Amino acid sequence: MKHLEQIHNQSAWLTSLISVLLGMLVGAGMMLAAGYDPLLAYGALFQNAIFQPYDLGETIRTITPLILTGLAVGLAFRTGLFNIGVEGQMIIGSLAAAIVGLKFSLPPVLHSAAAVAAAAVAGALWAFIPGLLKAVRGVHEVITTIMMNFIALNLSNWLVRTWLSNGADSTDKIKESASLRWDLLSQWFDNSRIHLGIMIALLAAYGMYVLLWKTTYGFELRAVGYNPHASEYAGMNVKRSILSSMMISGMFAGLAGACQLLGTSGYLSIRGGFEGIGFDGIAVALLGANAPIGILLAAVLFGVLTYGGGNMQFAADVPFEVIRVVFAAIILFVAANLSQSIFSRARGMRREPHA
Amino acid sequence: MSKKGWAILMLSLVTVLAISGCGAANNQADGGFKAGLVTDTGGLNDESFNQTAWEGMEKAKKELGADVKALESKRDEDYIPNLTRFIREKRDITWGIGFKFEKSMRDVAEQFPDAKLGIVDSNMGGKIPSNVVAVTFKEEEGSFLMGVIAGSMTKTNKVGFIGGITSPLIKKFEAGYVAGVHAVNPKAKVEVVYAESFTDEAKGRTIAANMYDQGVDIVYHASGGVGKGLFNEVKTRKKGKYWAIGVDMDQSRLAPDHTLSSMVKRVDVAVFDVMKDLKDGKFAGGKQVELGLKDQAVAVADTTDKYVPADVMKKVEDYRQQIVDGKINVPATDEELKSFLKK
Repeated sequence: MKHLEQIHNQSAWLTSLISVLLGMLVGAGMMLAAGYDPLLAYGALFQNAIFQPYDLGETIRTITPLILTGLAVGLAFRTGLFNIGVEGQMIIGSLAAAIVGLKFSLPPVLHSAAAVAAAAVAGALWAFIPGLLKAVRGVHEVITTIMMNFIALNLSNWLVRTWLSNGADSTDKIKESASLRWDLLSQWFDNSRIHLGIMIALLAAYGMYVLLWKTTYGFELRAVGYNPHASEYAGMNVKRSILSSMMISGMFAGLAGACQLLGTSGYLSIRGGFEGIGFDGIAVALLGANAPIGILLAAVLFGVLTYGGGNMQFAADVPFEVIRVVFAAIILFVAANLSQSIFSRARGMRREPHA
Repeated sequence: MSKKGWAILMLSLVTVLAISGCGAANNQADGGFKAGLVTDTGGLNDESFNQTAWEGMEKAKKELGADVKALESKRDEDYIPNLTRFIREKRDITWGIGFKFEKSMRDVAEQFPDAKLGIVDSNMGGKIPSNVVAVTFKEEEGSFLMGVIAGSMTKTNKVGFIGGITSPLIKKFEAGYVAGVHAVNPKAKVEVVYAESFTDEAKGRTIAANMYDQGVDIVYHASGGVGKGLFNEVKTRKKGKYWAIGVDMDQSRLAPDHTLSSMVKRVDVAVFDVMKDLKDGKFAGGKQVELGLKDQAVAVADTTDKYVPADVMKKVEDYRQQIVDGKINVPATDEELKSFLKK
């Protein structure tokens, strides 16, 4: 049994790796077809995303929310739920963090902790509603979470316009005491906007690992994900599991919102549309095989591609859209599960002589 | 693990290493004047102020021999790294196009006191850092003339306004337009709707369709990319009955037979002039450069006389003169509009 799982894990790794490489090859092919130099472009991408301290800091800043949204989607996946509402839960998290950051006065460390906590709670509550509808009425969470995204977006915009600012398009900056930036850290990275959110993200990843694989409760959550009927028959409370996994997922999303607001921007503005970091979380979770370590690595990759993609435009004149194509291609290859078919064919060939 | 799997893995790894290893070459331009432009999330081809700003850059390339480059921002969080990228390249001036740059511009200006920066459409709340030049326009003046056209030509006494995101900037367009309509046609009603977006074309089209269905016959927009939806909608409607009015640049080519006029905002001229002055050693750092009808920085599009009759054109010219002479003070905010309408 253990052996089997190992093979499964290895193939998941291989699927992801091969998908990434193939995805980048597709991107290179596109660049060639459009008359750009893929060597120059990818070179610029990696060079500029990593080598300078400033860029490294900004890359880490880009990675931070991707880890958290990836965890949010991944945890829900593991428990059999498809949380498309990460984007909205993240917006609500940002909103809560902004309210605490602007309207409360607390001593430095306490203030940022309170703002982060408020964001986590707000995200969890926002995910509670679709969780409740699913658990009690069986309403499909894909539908409700998508709807909740729009409610979140417009609620946030409305509050910014009417309450948090005076008819302007964005709020003032949050109080210094609520910020997640740390001068020393910023200085190490040449005054980039890297912030302590990365610590929150790493802790969250570890937390997800411990919860799902080291506690009985986590076992229950996963069991419900594999087979809700069998779990119910075994005496597990399926409804409670659905509710709590939605809420933990929403909490991760809320934390991502806190990081964006308290660390990166420092203010909340009216959004014309979704920023897409929550949706990118779906891709991160898929590529990372819904496992914390995998999600971390996938977030690093997508963060490097996203931030480096801007430099690619700068150094090689390749439009940023190419990077989105690479994203899409990677996901397509993961979903098509190429390595699996290679494996089974290889295995089949090996077995034939025996038979 | 199978040999085949490993072989593929290794092959791909080698490819990627080769790809990322090479191509590290960087071409550095020499000596001459260098300028950078960062767009907001609307992008370079927004048929709006980012595009006109870029035209100014290209003019600088042609006439000043400047080395110009643009970076498009995909999210609000990209503004700071994009500005920083140009500054670290030691460009002579770096532009942030749009009021969304207000907060990022201040951060960057403080962090790099030696860099010269420019922002369009914002006076940074009146506190402009000494290394930033802030270019703003009196959009209300041009919008007033659009209101005069709409108010004179409406058959239904119902005209529309589509705004982008509710903000002091777009309020200037709205206030000027409503005042202009009121000045020539106090009976006409102005429907005002904000899309709360500068990019959502589909939303622009829905809003426009609703307005036209409710009897509005002329719609003016100040909403960046959202406005493309307005033009797509008006194109499908009866010629000579439903009209659109464009903004920022002459947008008549988006719907040639349905466009009455456009409120042209010469971001290109302003951007070019600032760079020309800078090249000559003059830089209005810390100052607000405010341009209006008088400076011909906001104007009525040249193609306007195609569908607007001569008597209306004459009226427009009259009002233009009165504004230039200071006889009419065009309102730029909700409060100013209220007191203007009371008169």
